[in-house]
Parts: sequence; structure tokens; C-alpha cells
Amino acid sequence: MAKEILEKPESFYGEFTRKPGANPESTHYCPGCGHGVVHKLIAETMDDFGIREKTVFVSPVGCSVFGYYYFKCGNVQAAHGRAPAVATGIKRALPDSVVISYQGDGDLAAIGGNNIIQAANRGENITVIFVNNAIYGMTGSQMAPTTLLGQKTTTTPRGRSAENEGYPIRMSELLATLEAPVYIERVAITDAKHLMKARKAIRKGIQNQIDGRGFSFIEILSACPTGWKMTPVDSKKWIEDVLSDYFKLNVLKDKNGALKKEDTGITKSKREKEVEPTKKEIMELLGGTAQTAKVSFPQTDVTANYLDPRIKIAGFGGQGVLLLGQLLAQSAMMSELFSTWLPSYGPEMRGGTANCHVIISDKRIGSPLVSETDVLIAMNLPSLEKFEDEVRPNGVIFMNSSLIKRKVERQDVEPVYVPATEFADELKEPRVANVVMLGAYLGYTNLLSVESVLAATKTVVKRKELFAINKEALAKGFEFGRAKAKPKKHKEEVL
Amino acid sequence: MSRILVKGNEAVIKGAILSGCKAFYGYPITPASEVAESAAINFPQIGGTFLQAESEVAAINMVYGAASTGQRVMTASSSPGISLKLEGISYAAGAELPMVLVDVMRGGPGLGNIAPEQSDYNQMVKGGGHGNYKLIVLAPNCAQEMCDLTMLAFELADKYRTPAVILTDGFVGQMMEPVQLPEPVTELPAKPWAVDGTPETANNLVSSIYLEAPVLEAHNEKLQQKYREISDHEVRWEQIYTDDAEIIIVGYGIVSRILQTAVEAARAQGIAVGLLRPITLFPFPVKRIQELAETASVFLVAELSNGQMVDDVRLALDGRRPTKFYGRMGGSVPSPEEILQEIKKLNNDLNKNGN
Ligand SMILES: Cc1ncc(C[n+]2csc(CCOP(=O)(O)OP(=O)(O)O)c2C)c(N)n1
Ligand code: SF4
Repeated sequence: MAKEILEKPESFYGEFTRKPGANPESTHYCPGCGHGVVHKLIAETMDDFGIREKTVFVSPVGCSVFGYYYFKCGNVQAAHGRAPAVATGIKRALPDSVVISYQGDGDLAAIGGNNIIQAANRGENITVIFVNNAIYGMTGSQMAPTTLLGQKTTTTPRGRSAENEGYPIRMSELLATLEAPVYIERVAITDAKHLMKARKAIRKGIQNQIDGRGFSFIEILSACPTGWKMTPVDSKKWIEDVLSDYFKLNVLKDKNGALKKEDTGITKSKREKEVEPTKKEIMELLGGTAQTAKVSFPQTDVTANYLDPRIKIAGFGGQGVLLLGQLLAQSAMMSELFSTWLPSYGPEMRGGTANCHVIISDKRIGSPLVSETDVLIAMNLPSLEKFEDEVRPNGVIFMNSSLIKRKVERQDVEPVYVPATEFADELKEPRVANVVMLGAYLGYTNLLSVESVLAATKTVVKRKELFAINKEALAKGFEFGRAKAKPKKHKEEVL
Repeated sequence: MSRILVKGNEAVIKGAILSGCKAFYGYPITPASEVAESAAINFPQIGGTFLQAESEVAAINMVYGAASTGQRVMTASSSPGISLKLEGISYAAGAELPMVLVDVMRGGPGLGNIAPEQSDYNQMVKGGGHGNYKLIVLAPNCAQEMCDLTMLAFELADKYRTPAVILTDGFVGQMMEPVQLPEPVTELPAKPWAVDGTPETANNLVSSIYLEAPVLEAHNEKLQQKYREISDHEVRWEQIYTDDAEIIIVGYGIVSRILQTAVEAARAQGIAVGLLRPITLFPFPVKRIQELAETASVFLVAELSNGQMVDDVRLALDGRRPTKFYGRMGGSVPSPEEILQEIKKLNNDLNKNGN
């Protein structure tokens, strides 16, 4: 081995000074180990293609964890099995670099099995070198997913059995079933002829990446004399006679030629924008410039009992209770007030009921959770039953009297019965019952100006064609609420 | 300037983009999914990357790869997903990679539920993963801070070359509040250590392996020195009514909002109570707590957990003042009224003992 890398490629360090210990000339690999040979084939390709300086080598956990001792390029060391994910992050950040992800069989086929499948399936524009030595080298010769049936390892002391451990995985064949990969080949590094093939395969895999074609995968049957407890010579023979009988040397997939560049890989062209956005563009796309000019809305005169309300809005899914809450919070914000909107979320929503908590105040808001409720807006009966008792004395309950046929039971609250669904039906748009309710609330309490709510509607309701109908619904509710409102003298009574 | 009404989870992505973050890798989980969903909308628009990874494990390793190139990059998840990311987080801390991680905490252990809890304090603040590392942990309590502290997280992560965390919960993440967008960051710090596929960086190495004991010990010492520096310079907190407070209540995130309402109500009844809200959980406001102990006679720590941050308060007080704990779990959240009862009880006890 040491002899084989005597004439060092430029893409190797002259001396391996990152390696601890006295001997910076030799590698850390065992005599006869395949890793060193594969490294050399990669380094020669880097030399020939002139890509050393733009190559990023991702080394795995395994005997090749120290790839960075040797490769004179950018190096990133990855967690066990995660090299394809790490390579994905690198390549997406640096589309013009050459990313080589190097993995052993334990790393790639066992712990990282899903990561390699998914990176291949995404067609990441990277080159994966998969060193299959049918064993865990680094940790002391335990079974790998590629260990052959009957093969003895320290964790299959009686030989691997299909019953207990299953069959050896053929990763190349498995990945070749995926649509995205452009090139998958299995090679060996036994004699000169096979070395030539391996060299060609590595070059092709890297060239594909340079051309932006996408995911290339080269599986290399490689010797681990130490793990196999064989001489280097016997190891090569075992690869030729036994290992390559199960793992057939073959091109499993080659989409070259058939593909246009744009169809493959994650090249820059996949991005929506190449240029750096300007400050203004960023602010625009984040919504920061949506409301540029400060708008002043008419001041409203609000009875003390209705000020700084803690509101709970509830109904069944589809009644738009979350939207009603958002309209309130949005228009409060536009009226220079503080507001919070807190939804019930997740499975709670799936049960068919929804509610949200809205707080509006002229002071900074503490708890956004409404426990003691000042205002309950109940769109259906279950909501009224659930929350009626939470309303504080002198609080207000707005209920959708079209759907709730009973009266409010509490004697110490102000009930307001709004036939919201009927009004909405009159407008031939049952979905605006929530906006009718909002109008009634505002007409009754005078909390926010109609103008601010209309402005909020423009921001919150994405479908512009609904604006007119929402405006009508709001006006109808508002009129109704105003008519029901207590005469002003009530203010003094409360105070 | 105009404000926008957004969810805390969306505000995180706005802060990230304003910070020059260029990539998001994540895996869906309630109640953090809106972070990924906002990222999916916004990142491609700025020429950045959004990728839904195959798992949280993959996501954190993609972030690790992207951070290795010097790019500002982030991920977001919720408690079970964070547990999965911990190996990668430890690697990132070891390799000294800046990145921003968002944990929108939910109820546990196990699958638990999706309601808010604060039970990831230990796994985020104390390490969680293997090895002698710490993360910078910021705890926003409103949508505005979800944006602002995300920006601060990117800044601190780069400054100290270490992962920074936004530790929040389902309520702060799901809640909508007005947010004022800060100006975008235009100049990002140079990262000469990164591997960015250029001749200048072709000798760079991103790794957390140090084979020999003395070398790894020295690396660990360097990390500890960095954590001391962070403790010296980056502590942040907020306090309300603490000046003359006999009782100090301590809480972070959503709890601090509930405590604020309770404290205001207690003050209205003449009870001398104040609130300390740690904004940084690591570094923890140890000194501030010690200073408060000079005037306050009792501390009450409230958390949505079995009592995790309370350990840090007790360590800071070192037995000088009694420290009570009020905890709720499983997604139950106390009302301000319940906290007020606790405060009243403490106040009665104080008065009794005082007499
Ligand atoms: C999470 C994790 N689990 C286990 C290990 C221990 N480990 C190190 S290398 C290795 C197997 C490597 O085998 P392989 O990928 O076949 O590479 P080889 O050493 O044979 O080249 C294992 C299990 C680890 N480092 N991290
Ligand atoms: S244990 Fe096997 S794979 Fe590892 S260096 Fe030795 S021969 Fe190579």
C-alpha cells in the first residue's frame, strides 16, 4: 500500500502532517487496505481535472474518517452515516464546487441508509464514493449490512445467517431503482484491469457533477485484510472469487446523454433568483412595506366596560372564527393599539371546533391567554356551553342566534343576540356570518372604527373579490349592533 | 413605521432573512411547522435554499454542511425532533459551527402532545447531546422578539462560532402580534475558517475529531473559555417592578407574559412583587439574581415543566434565599389568576413570619 502511493498526486498533501505520530510519509491504513487505493484514484482525478481547489471532500465515520490527512482540498468531517446530508448542505451552498462524499458500508448502508437513498432520490449534484469492504473496519470487524451469508465477524461469530441478520444489501441495485440518479456503477480494485475501470468510473462520476448532471454513485469492492483476517493477496482473491460473485461488477444505471443539464441536479438554475435582492426588495417580500403611509382612523368613544377587551371567539371549523379574531387584532394594530391573537391549534381544530383568544389594549399586553373573558363571541351552541361560565360579571356575550336556540343562562352578563347566519344568508354568502358578527360587536361597543376594520379586511382577506361582500356584511352587522347598544347613560351606571 | 401582524413562527423567518440567512433545512412537526412553511415561501425568493429533509437527523446534518461553507443557515423543530438532532448539534458545537436552531417546545416525554411546555430547558441549556458543550439559548416572549432575537442569534452564533438556539413554545410560535421589521443586515462577518470551495480555503478543515487526549483537552478548554466569555458579555434579561420587591418571580417565554399580568394584579393589591425574565437562558442572569437577593426575601420560579430552570436559580442563590417552584406540565398553562393566588400565599407567609 505505502508503495502504491509513493508518487503522490498533487491533490494529496506532500507530508501527512495532520496525522499524529512519527511517520508523516505513510497513511494510517493497514497494509493491503483498499481505502488508500481509492483515495489515490480520486486524487489523480482531482489533479487531471484541475479541480483540487474547488473540491470539498466529506469524510465519514469509519476507517476513512481521516480523509483530511491526505486530500489537499477543503475538508468537512461528517457524523456517522450523514455524509450525504452534509454534502447536500455544502453543495446547495456552493453549487460551483465539487463535492465528494466518501462512505464505508456501515456508514452508508446501515446507519445512513435513509440519507443516501434520499440524497440519491433528490438527485443531489454530488459524487458518492461507496467503499464496500463487507465489514466494519474501524470498530473492529463487526458485521456490516454488506457482510456475506456465512461470513464470520466479531458480531456474527458463527457466520452471518439470513434468519437472524437478513441478506447482504446490494446498495447499487437498490439505488438504481430510483428515478433521479444519473450514474451508478460497481467496480473493484483488484488487478490492473479492474483498477482502470474503477479509475474511469470515478472520473465519470466527478465529470457528471462538473457538468451539473446530478447524482453519481460509484460502489467499490475494497479489501479489508485486517477485518477479514486474510493476507492482502488472499483478500484480492476473495473479492474476485467470492465478493464480486454476490456484488456483481456492473453499470447499474447510466442516464448520460439522455439528459439535458436542466433536468438534473440542483444547479443554480433551479433557484428562482440569481442576484442578491436589494434591501427594499427584501422588505417588500417580507411584507414590511405593506402599509407605508401612516393612516389615522377616527377616534372612537368607548364605554369603560368595553375597553381593553379580552375576547374569546368560538365556533365550528369553517365559521371563520380564526379570521374574525385576526380582523380584530389587525385593525387594532392599525389603530395604533396593542393586540394579540392566539388560536387553538392542532387536533383541537380537527375535532371540528375552533376558538381563538384576542386581546386589545392601549398598554403592553401580558398574558395573551384569555381566562377571565370580557367578551365571548359564540358562533354555535357548543361554544356557548363551553365558555359561558368563563365570562366575567358585566361581560358581554355575542351569540349567533340563528344557530343557538337557547338564551344565555347567566343573569350577570349582557347578552346580544345576533342572527348572523340569517343575515349572511340574506347576502347570499353564508361564509360572511363571522363578519356580520364582527360588525355587530363593533356597532354595539364602538371599540374600533369601521374604517380600520375595512382596512384590516384588505390585508387579512387574501381574495380581493370578497371585499365588497365583506363590507356589506360588516355594515349590516354594525347597524344591528348599534341599534341594540345600550343608551349612553348606561356608561355612568357602570362607572 | 408600519407594523405587520404575524405569527411568532413566521416572525422567526423574517428575522432570519433580515439577518442574511440563506438556507433552511427542516422536517415538519407541530407546533413548529409554520417556521418551515414560511421558509419554503421566502427562501427561494431571495435566491436561497429551502429543503424539507428526510428527518431531523438529516436536517441538522445539512445545516452542518451548509454552515461549514460559512453560509448563515438554520433549522427549526419541536421537542421530539430536537432530541433527534442532538448528535448533530454536538458535532456542530465541537466543530465550532455557527448556526441557528429553533425549538418550539411541546408537551413530552415521548410523543406527548402538541400543547406548549418548557421541558426542553435541560436538553437545550444544559447540553443534551454528548460532550462538554453549551449552546447560546435565547428565549423570546412575543412575536417581535421572535424576529429580533433570531437576528441576535445569527449575530452571536457568528461572533462566537457556536450554535445559537431560539427556545420558545407553541404559544409564542402560534400567537399573532404586531411586529416592526428591523432593517436588514447588510454586512456579514468574514469567515476565513470556512470551507467554501475557493483556493484560499482549500486547506481548511471542519471537524470535531481530536484523537489525542491532550489535544482534545486543549480543544475543550478553548470551548470552555468561549463559554466564559459569553457568560461575561451576553447576559440579557428584563425586569418589572423589581426595585422594592420582597417577592421575585422568575419565568421565561410565554410564562413571563402570564407572570406579568399576575404581577400587575398583585401590585394593584399592594403586594411588593417583581418579575425577572431571563432573555438569555445560557448565559443565565446569575449576577442579576444575586443582586436581587440583596433586597428580596423569597423567589418563586414558574415553568411549564417539572422544574428545570429552577435549578439554575437555586444555583445562583446558593441557599441565600428560599426558592419556591410552581410548575405545570402536559400543556396545562396557569392563568394569571392562579399565579396571583401563589403570590398571595407567599405574601401571607412572609407577613406571618415577619410578625
Ligand atoms: C452514532 C455512532 N454509532 C457508532 C459509531 C461507531 N462506529 C465508528 S465507525 C463504525 C463503522 C464503520 O464501518 P464502515 O462504514 O463499514 O467503514 P470502514 O471502517 O469499514 O471503512 C462504527 C459503527 C459512531 N462513531 N457513531
Ligand atoms: S481495518 Fe480494514 S478498512 Fe480499516 S484500515 Fe484496516 S484494512 Fe482498511
